[in-house]
Amino acid sequence: MAEAGDIEFRDTAARLTEAAPPAEDAGDLAGDKMVLNVGPSHPATHGVLRIVLELDGEIITGAKPEIGYLHRGDEKIAENFTYTQFIPYTDRLDYLAPLANNVAYALAVEKLLGIDGQLPPRCQFIRVICCELARISSHLLGVGCYAMDCGALTVFLHTFTEREKIYNLCESLTGARFTTAYTRIGGLSRDLPPGWVEQCRKFLHEVVVNIDETETFLTRNRIFVDRTQGVGVIPRDVAIDYGLTGPNLRGSGVEHDLRKAHPYLVYDQLKFEVPVGTTGDCYDRYLVRMEEMRQSVQIVHQCLDQLPGGPINVPDGKIVLPPKDRVLTRMEELIHHFINVTQGVNAPPGEIYFGHENPKGELGFYINSKGGGTPHRLKIRSPSFVNLSILSWLLPGQMLSDVVAILGSFDFVMGECDR
Amino acid sequence: MTALELAQQLQAKFPGLICEPLEFRGEITLKVSEAERVPEICALGKAELGFDYLVDITSVDNYGDDPRFTIVYHLYGYGHLCHLRLKTEVTEEKGEMPTVTGVWRTADWHEREIYDMMGIRFRGHPDLRRILMWEGYPHFPLRKDFPLAGKPTDVPETAFTNAAPLEGGPFVTIAGGKDTIAREPRVRLPETNAPEAEAHDRSHGLGPAETKK
Repeated sequence: MAEAGDIEFRDTAARLTEAAPPAEDAGDLAGDKMVLNVGPSHPATHGVLRIVLELDGEIITGAKPEIGYLHRGDEKIAENFTYTQFIPYTDRLDYLAPLANNVAYALAVEKLLGIDGQLPPRCQFIRVICCELARISSHLLGVGCYAMDCGALTVFLHTFTEREKIYNLCESLTGARFTTAYTRIGGLSRDLPPGWVEQCRKFLHEVVVNIDETETFLTRNRIFVDRTQGVGVIPRDVAIDYGLTGPNLRGSGVEHDLRKAHPYLVYDQLKFEVPVGTTGDCYDRYLVRMEEMRQSVQIVHQCLDQLPGGPINVPDGKIVLPPKDRVLTRMEELIHHFINVTQGVNAPPGEIYFGHENPKGELGFYINSKGGGTPHRLKIRSPSFVNLSILSWLLPGQMLSDVVAILGSFDFVMGECDR
Repeated sequence: MTALELAQQLQAKFPGLICEPLEFRGEITLKVSEAERVPEICALGKAELGFDYLVDITSVDNYGDDPRFTIVYHLYGYGHLCHLRLKTEVTEEKGEMPTVTGVWRTADWHEREIYDMMGIRFRGHPDLRRILMWEGYPHFPLRKDFPLAGKPTDVPETAFTNAAPLEGGPFVTIAGGKDTIAREPRVRLPETNAPEAEAHDRSHGLGPAETKK
């Protein structure tokens, strides 16, 4: 069996000049360029991405990504809703990791309110568990679909078996499998249900086995390595210039993770490593995702070990809804409930940006507040949007058949790209 | 090095052009008084102060104020791990400012999005087209005078939109509303959307469907 190192590194630029001699040599023999339309409804585009490719034979000479097919105007909607009302809309950004989006949004609003330091420890630990489960879920899908794009159907079925278990955990935790809307401003919608910790531990032990098996399917698989190694190489400086984040940036060798660089929640108390790639090709991005899943499993284990008791919400009736039995019997709680539901939390005027290490990269919320319960402007800096912008630079010079491999390695979601 | 020190260095390089750094929730904001000079400031920030990563560009519509639009740049440096926000203003009449695509290539799509959503043009942008909406769409939906329910449009053989059928709604709140009536989600006419006095009148009677008749 060939080692990964034995496989020839294919330089895309050299390949381009080999395959497509300069136009003046070819003279009249050069055929017309062909325009090929990929998407918006194509199995490899993982959503509704359209790319207009210009082809010279099998070599791509131009690529124009067209996005916006899933644009719902989330930012406009946010301007007309209270902060709490917008939480369900964050589920629908990166809909493969809704829990992480919920946490990112809640942390952004809490930063604006200035209560991010007051969150009870139990809430912070549960939020970290949510983020990391979302990361495992998102990467399982990313790797599974990527393998399927490259022709290995088994891996997809294999990883989806584990994702199903995460959905079961989500269901018992939040009441919904997909659209979780779990966080609230200043806390969580509910505490962990009885038996959830044991259920989660059982899952963690099973998923590690599954990740190892997935590795045996892919990491030394000659076909997979051939399709991914040396394909879609993004050098470090280009990755930074195009603003790539998450595994796509780390695949290019930039050791940057917001959980380490600007620790939020309790990430500074947890031990984990940030995997980075070396060449920045599709294979490196795949390896980074595989290792991130293992690190996430470790993080969740640590959180479950250290999980403290106590409240899950900030003890402030002006921010968090009071318990229902008190609302029905006490005047002050009734007033708080009424004001919270009708007007929302009273945010101070000001502006903040909060970047969160989502499975796909940096999910940022810029909130511009003029005071009151509604943002004046809420901008969602979505990782998929920025990650996709590199396609028009990356695709020219590649083979047509590598487009699918490159798209899959980016692991984007159009829900958050188009917002 | 902290973000504040970097901000002061940047300010010292352009005396009179950049206001004093503002700090809110641990973030530093610099206001640039001339939008035309932004690319120059950004280029220097990247080359000399290590802001190699442009996180985001955003636009804010301060409807009713002059200048109407604010453009917000979020800068970050992988070397010093500091975050800095640059702000500048663009008037509605001008509606144009120079591009920073020459400094960071990631600015390309951010600027296209601002053009698409807010209608601000970026001079020198290599490919300033609509990005989320389609070519030929006549409105700029993130402007404050664009109604939440949408406006009817028709670009033959491309796409069309109708205003969303919202039963008596949309029920919207107003950012920074002065009184309870403005802060609560209430029916507001799509065309006006803002004035509090009108919102007050309508809260005592007619829904928009009846008002229109």
